[in-house]
Amino acid sequence: MVAAPAHLDVSKIRAQFPVLHQQVNGHPLVYLDNAATTQKPKRVIDALNRYYEGYNANIHRGIHTLAEKATRAYEATREEMQRFIHARYSEEIIFTSGVTGSINLVAYSFGQAFVQAGDQIIISGLEHHSNIVPWQLLCERTGARLAVIPVTDSGELELEAYRQLLQNKTALVAVNHASNSLGTINPIKEIIDMAHQAGACVLIDGAQASAHLPIDVRALDCDFYCISSHKMYGPTGTGILYGKKEWLEKMPPFLGGGEMIREVTFNQTTYNDLPYKFEAGTPNIADVIALREAILFIQEHDKAAMATYEHDLLQYATAKVAALPGVRLVGTAPEKVSILAFVVDGIHHFDIGQMMDTRGIAVRTGHHCTQPLMDRYQLEGTVRASFAIYNTREEVDALAESLGRIINFMRK
Amino acid sequence: MVAETFIGMTIDQAQEEIVSEFSLLEGDQEMTIFYIMELGQKMPPFPETARTEQNEVKGCQSKVWMTAELRNGLMYLQADSNTAITKGLVSLLVRIFSGHTPDEILNADLSFMKKIGMERFIGTQRSNGFAAMVKQIKYFALAFQVKNA
Repeated sequence: MVAAPAHLDVSKIRAQFPVLHQQVNGHPLVYLDNAATTQKPKRVIDALNRYYEGYNANIHRGIHTLAEKATRAYEATREEMQRFIHARYSEEIIFTSGVTGSINLVAYSFGQAFVQAGDQIIISGLEHHSNIVPWQLLCERTGARLAVIPVTDSGELELEAYRQLLQNKTALVAVNHASNSLGTINPIKEIIDMAHQAGACVLIDGAQASAHLPIDVRALDCDFYCISSHKMYGPTGTGILYGKKEWLEKMPPFLGGGEMIREVTFNQTTYNDLPYKFEAGTPNIADVIALREAILFIQEHDKAAMATYEHDLLQYATAKVAALPGVRLVGTAPEKVSILAFVVDGIHHFDIGQMMDTRGIAVRTGHHCTQPLMDRYQLEGTVRASFAIYNTREEVDALAESLGRIINFMRK
Repeated sequence: MVAETFIGMTIDQAQEEIVSEFSLLEGDQEMTIFYIMELGQKMPPFPETARTEQNEVKGCQSKVWMTAELRNGLMYLQADSNTAITKGLVSLLVRIFSGHTPDEILNADLSFMKKIGMERFIGTQRSNGFAAMVKQIKYFALAFQVKNA
């Protein structure tokens, strides 16, 4: 058992998250739905307020002081994100509405330029619907085919099957860095290298990784990497698409509108340079600006130390929950982010979620937007507890105690 | 059988009975949910053969099956669900409405949910599902009424 690293003071971290300090249904809130969205530290909330109270203005074309200040703050987040994921150029960071927006951008734009009838798009059996449906739509538009890397009983990708799939002409491989339903951390470096050897591009859905795992897009050599702000302590409604400059330059625009143009006439329009070519319209300025505070929060607390602490919590929770009668863990890969999914024989996951809520415990129940994966395990859904840096062993105890009570009640 | 316990009461009396039962739980959310589930467990067994898509109530997050029959001018309901809490919730409706004429059911005004603060402890999604169950019961009543007219 690994103790929390000495320099990581979780009670101090908790103190930075106002929402955690409340009673829900007469009990202290135990928030274990972090894979759906994380809570926000005060500094993120303050940044939103500072922007709206102090320098709300539309960015880039404004000549006045407030516009200048807003533009600088907005671009500062781009540069911070560039450092956070080790991108070579800041113009490789495109602000989007989040991972779903990023994947749709690539599916449309990359798809239009580089995917033809008969090409293969490879995804995996672990994907969230947002990394399935945009590719299905692309296949419908272009006549490309969708192929799926199968998943083992423990929740890992079958790399040998992937190798076989790559023998077909493949335009793009789209997989997640970590599974939102099972927590599995995928061997993405290997997946990317294998794809490149086969001449395919790779998009990584980093939704479940950005708050928990180191991300180095240059070392990974991925072509695209997608992040949602709200899953890494930042505000909802924003996120990024990282794309290698060489691809982004060759890709046609996705959305047309203001900001993304150089010159518009009724005969012809020329487009702006990266990254603005892909940022049509007034962006989500406030949330982008506040996202910088979330990145700084993670950087200042040392991501590796956070990962160690969360891993310890996951192991503690896994042992406690698995020891209860009738519990079956779903997703037992050796490498996992802090996601614990399970079912209990004879008790519906909705009932468990609802009963836990009466004790102030927030977990997620259902298919977690991964219906094909649930089908793979012949499950309608699971109960999912997902941990973040502010969770504690006491909260895991509350989870296990509540689950124990539920099982006792339902089995009597 | 639970469905028989309210026989002889009006729909409003049955609702008042439920309100007074729930008041004993003093608003404790966990106790309330456990109690609702217990009510579901006490419902008469639902015939396996009736667990069909045709008998499914649309609009519920959980699966809910419901059938109705008319005996001597009175409507009787049977119901089931794949989740224990929803089964308990639908059992309340079965108790309230069983043994009444289609007219009485169509004219009934459901007030007990508000009085026991149901929305607070079952949430918006289940509340919508609950509304769908009530609607289904009223459809049954309407169908019997039209048939008998």
